[in-house]
Amino acid sequence: MSAPRSNLETFPPGVKVVLWLGLLALLAFPFVGTEFYIQMVTRMMIMAIFAMSLDLLQGVTGLVSLGHAAYFGLAGYALAFLMPQTEAISLWWSLPVSVLGAGLAALVIGFFVVRTHGIYFIMVTMAFAQMVFFLFFDNRALGGSDGLYIYFKPTLQFGDFTLLELDNKVSMYYFTLALVLLVYLFLRRLLWSPFGRALAGIRVNEHRMRAMGFGTFSYKLTAFTLAGALAGLGGYLWGVQTEYINPELMGFHTSAHAIMMVILGGMGNFAGAIVGAFTFEYVLHVFKDLPYVGEVHLGKHWQLWMGSFIVLVVVFAPRGVLGVVQAITTRKRDGKDSNA
Amino acid sequence: MPEVLLSAKNLTKRFGGLAAVDDVSIDLLRDHIHAVIGPNGAGKSTLANLLSGDLPATSGRVVIGGQDVTGWTPERVARQGLGRSYQKTNIFLPFSVWDNVFLAAQARDPQQPWNPLRWLRPAAQSTGAHRRCTSAIDMAGLQDRRTAIAGTISHGEQRQLEVAMTLATEPEVLLLDEPLAGMGVAEAERMVALLLRIKPNHAILLVEHDMDAVFTLADALTVMVNGQVIATGTPAEIRADANVQAAYLGEEN
Repeated sequence: MSAPRSNLETFPPGVKVVLWLGLLALLAFPFVGTEFYIQMVTRMMIMAIFAMSLDLLQGVTGLVSLGHAAYFGLAGYALAFLMPQTEAISLWWSLPVSVLGAGLAALVIGFFVVRTHGIYFIMVTMAFAQMVFFLFFDNRALGGSDGLYIYFKPTLQFGDFTLLELDNKVSMYYFTLALVLLVYLFLRRLLWSPFGRALAGIRVNEHRMRAMGFGTFSYKLTAFTLAGALAGLGGYLWGVQTEYINPELMGFHTSAHAIMMVILGGMGNFAGAIVGAFTFEYVLHVFKDLPYVGEVHLGKHWQLWMGSFIVLVVVFAPRGVLGVVQAITTRKRDGKDSNA
Repeated sequence: MPEVLLSAKNLTKRFGGLAAVDDVSIDLLRDHIHAVIGPNGAGKSTLANLLSGDLPATSGRVVIGGQDVTGWTPERVARQGLGRSYQKTNIFLPFSVWDNVFLAAQARDPQQPWNPLRWLRPAAQSTGAHRRCTSAIDMAGLQDRRTAIAGTISHGEQRQLEVAMTLATEPEVLLLDEPLAGMGVAEAERMVALLLRIKPNHAILLVEHDMDAVFTLADALTVMVNGQVIATGTPAEIRADANVQAAYLGEEN
C-alpha cells in the first residue's frame, strides 16, 4: 500500500489547472506585454523567489522571520561590491559567491536565533536584520543611506559565446522565470524529502520531534541557512535588474512585505508564495496608481489601502489566494457530483 | 536475572523547595513491565521526564544500555534507545496516521539535515522507515486508519497512535505515561492486549492509574507518594503492604 499523503501540501486538480495556466501566461507574456510591464513582472518573479525562500521557514517550519530581507539585501550588496566600475564580471562566479555570502550570514545569525521560539524568534531575527541595516546605513564605505550603483549587468558566457544578454529585458525575464521554476521544483522536492518532512514535523510539534530523536536545532539551522541563501538569489537578481542597491532593501518593511506575500498566497506549499508575491506586487502597483480625489492623492496613502487589503484577506480568506482558488474549484466539482 | 536496560540511581528533582522526585532508584529489565503508581502529584510524570531527558535532574544518574545518559538532551536519549508516550496525547494532529508513524520511523534513519543528498530523495523511499512504520501500525492495530487525519480519530485510537509512534523508533526501553487515560472498557482491554504484545524484548515503565490494568500487566511495582518511593516489589507484595494500603490502594478501591 502506498503511503497516504497529508492533504495540506498536495494540490487538488482545480488548483493544479490554475497553476499551469499561470505558468503558460508567464511564458507568453513577453510576446504581448510592453517593456514597462515585462520589467514589472520580472520584479514580481524576483520577489516570488524571495517569498518562496521565506515560506520554507514560515509556512513549512513554522519559523516567522521578521528579518529575512537582510539576506536578500546582502547578496545584492555582494554583487555591488564585486562589480567594478570599468567592466562587467561573469555571472558564473558572482552569483554563487553572492548566494553563498548570504547563506553564510544566515548560518552565523541562525546559530543564535534558531535557539529561540515564537515571539522571541520574531524579535531576534528582526534585531539582527536591523543591525545589518544600520551597518550599511551608517557606513559611508558601504554606500551609506544612498546605497550603491551596480555599473554593469553580469555576463553569461560559455567560452566566447554569449548565452544571454541580461541587458535585454526579455532575456532577463526568461532567465528569472527559469530560476523561479528551478527554485520552486527544488523546494517542492525538498518538502517531500526526509529533511522536509522533519521540518513540517517541527512546525506542528517540535517537542514530540525531539522525543522521537530528531536533533531539531540542526534541522532549523539548515533550513534557516538555505532560506537565507535562496533569499540571496532573489537579492542578486534584484541587483542585476535595478542596477542599484540601498539599505531600504534590507529594512524592516521589505521583511514585513515578504511575510505578507507568503500569507496572501497561502502558506506552506511554495506555489502560494509565488501567487502571493504576484498579488502583493500587483495590488501595490494599483494602490500607488490611485488618482486624486479633490485635494487628496489616494495613491500617496497606499500603505493604508494595503493594510486594509491584508486585513480583509486574513479575515475572509485565511488560507490565501490559493485557498480561495481551491474553495471555488472544489465547490464546482461537488456541484457536479450532487447533480450526477 | 534478565538484562537491565535502564537503571536510574538516586534521582532527585527539586522545583525550588519542593522535591517533586526525591531520591528515586529504579531498574527496568528486558521482557518486564515495571509499573509506577501513586496518587496525583506523586511525581510519576516528573520521574518519566527525568528518565527521558525532558527535564534535567537536580542529582542522580540515568544509565541506558550501559551508557550514562545523565544530562543528555531528549533527542540523544531517544537515539540511545528510549521511546516514550505522553499522558496528554502528543501527536501531529494535522497529519495522517501514516505520516505520524512514518515520521517517528524516520527518526531511526541517519539524520544529517545538512547533507544535500537528504534533500532530494523522497522520504517515502526509505525502505527501513517504511518497514518500521508498517510494523508499528500493524502492532498497534491501526491498519484500517492509516489515511485518517490524526486530529479526527477517536481518543482511544489517538492513544494507540501514541504507542505506535513510540514503537516506530524501535526503542528497547519504553516509558508509557498513562496509556489508558480516559479510555472506555473495551478500548482499555485492547490497549492492555497491545502492551502484552509489546512486552517481549522491551523494558517498559508503565505509569498508570487503572489498577486492574496495572495488576494484570506489571511484573514489578513501585509506589510513589510525595516524590518518594514508599514501596517496591512484586504485585503480590505490594497488595499485602500495609503502608501502600494506607497511603493509596485503600482510597482508590
